[in-house]
Amino acid sequence: MCFELLGGRLLAPYFGSSVYVWGSIITIFMLALSIGYLAGGRYSMLKPNLYKYGGIFILSALSLMPTIFFSESIMQWVFDRIEDPRYGSLTASLFLFLIPTAIMGMIAPYSVRLLTQSKDSAGQTAGYLYFISTLGSAIGTIITSFYLVLWLEIDQIFWFVFGIMFVAGVLANVVAIKEKNEINE
Amino acid sequence: MNKYLIFAALISTSCFSLLNAKELHRERSLYRNVIVTETKDIRCMRFETRRKKVSNQACINLKKPNQLVFEYAQSVLAGLTYNPSPKNILIIGLGGGVLPQTFEKILPDAVMTSVEIDPAVVSIAKEYFNYTENTRIKTSTQDGRVFVKRALRKKQRYDWIILDAFNGDYIPEHLLTIEFLQEVKNLLSDGGILSANTFSSSELYDYESVTYQAVFNQLQIIKSPTKGNRVIFACNCSDFHKIPESSGKLASQLKKYNVDLPDLIARISTEIDWDESVKPLTDQHSPANLLKR
Repeated sequence: MCFELLGGRLLAPYFGSSVYVWGSIITIFMLALSIGYLAGGRYSMLKPNLYKYGGIFILSALSLMPTIFFSESIMQWVFDRIEDPRYGSLTASLFLFLIPTAIMGMIAPYSVRLLTQSKDSAGQTAGYLYFISTLGSAIGTIITSFYLVLWLEIDQIFWFVFGIMFVAGVLANVVAIKEKNEINE
Repeated sequence: MNKYLIFAALISTSCFSLLNAKELHRERSLYRNVIVTETKDIRCMRFETRRKKVSNQACINLKKPNQLVFEYAQSVLAGLTYNPSPKNILIIGLGGGVLPQTFEKILPDAVMTSVEIDPAVVSIAKEYFNYTENTRIKTSTQDGRVFVKRALRKKQRYDWIILDAFNGDYIPEHLLTIEFLQEVKNLLSDGGILSANTFSSSELYDYESVTYQAVFNQLQIIKSPTKGNRVIFACNCSDFHKIPESSGKLASQLKKYNVDLPDLIARISTEIDWDESVKPLTDQHSPANLLKR
């Protein structure tokens, strides 16, 4: 959600703040998440473990790089080619947000797989994860829109998100190594 | 104590005007509710906001249609002293279309292009504020920033650009950054004039001022004596220090629009009364709407 809000700010200089700009952003985020959920679910079938889980976090952090470094030139490129601001903002959102959001979307189903102990508790696990991720979205939204935009530049907030994802990925790996060591002992 | 008095005054005046204003029309647009009200001879367009304070976007005097009701609109017309015969005028934020209609009468050769994001505002301007499009009065329904960027690409130039875009709260934040103002400056012809309608009563004042200063260097300002409006004038030229002299011809021409030109010119100020140490607003960092509160 933090990322989505920033998306609106990022696009405004090129495509304005009309309703259709928000429409484009939400469309692409929903599309990306649906792809991410599907891919995350598939990926969880292939010998799921914490290393791979951490890998998704690190990958999603890295996938923010093009948005951080090349958003200006990508938007300029789209602006020069597509006159209609609806399809312009949709195309720009596609290039800027689809991949990182899709990778972030993989995290939820993968978490379900890792946390599920038995068939009986699967519903509870999924419910708990929905709780955490939706609450996280709410907190991300309020912190970004109320405070972060007041304190930081957009790129700095992107780096902040990058940092959180990266650290989470590294932590998952650290935990995975520890567990492995414990089993070996 | 003073604060409370002002607050009480605001409440009472807004209640008073609410009681007296008759609602003629209400339209739900993509962005907000737009309402047309009428009090005696004054008809106004209003955006419905969460705040209690009434935010009129445009008003006309039905009995004296030439008269400009808003002080800021009168101040904007003082921009004609810098260049009495602009050919291409760009107005960002249509409102009731009062400015283009006035220019049509004063400037026989000028072409006025207005950019308005909200289609409902355009249709209400036409239906309730006598706004009519013709070969000299044009409207483009889109975001102002996008229009400016497209116009730059088409290498268009304007002799006079008037920034008057409000969303009911304040100026949209992407129209209040260094990058945007630089684009506007690039869109001005050599010696072209910018007039911007802003407010002096907010925490944003310092930030907004240094942002304009960063792009245009020298500003000339008319503050409204009663309301919080201030109109900023700037120029795409190297020297904008000299305050213009009132021309008798223009002054008498503007009289019937309720514009007291000598008085306005006497009130033009080049004084810097804001904190120059704050950082200007940029696309990267523009907490404009948050500072407003």
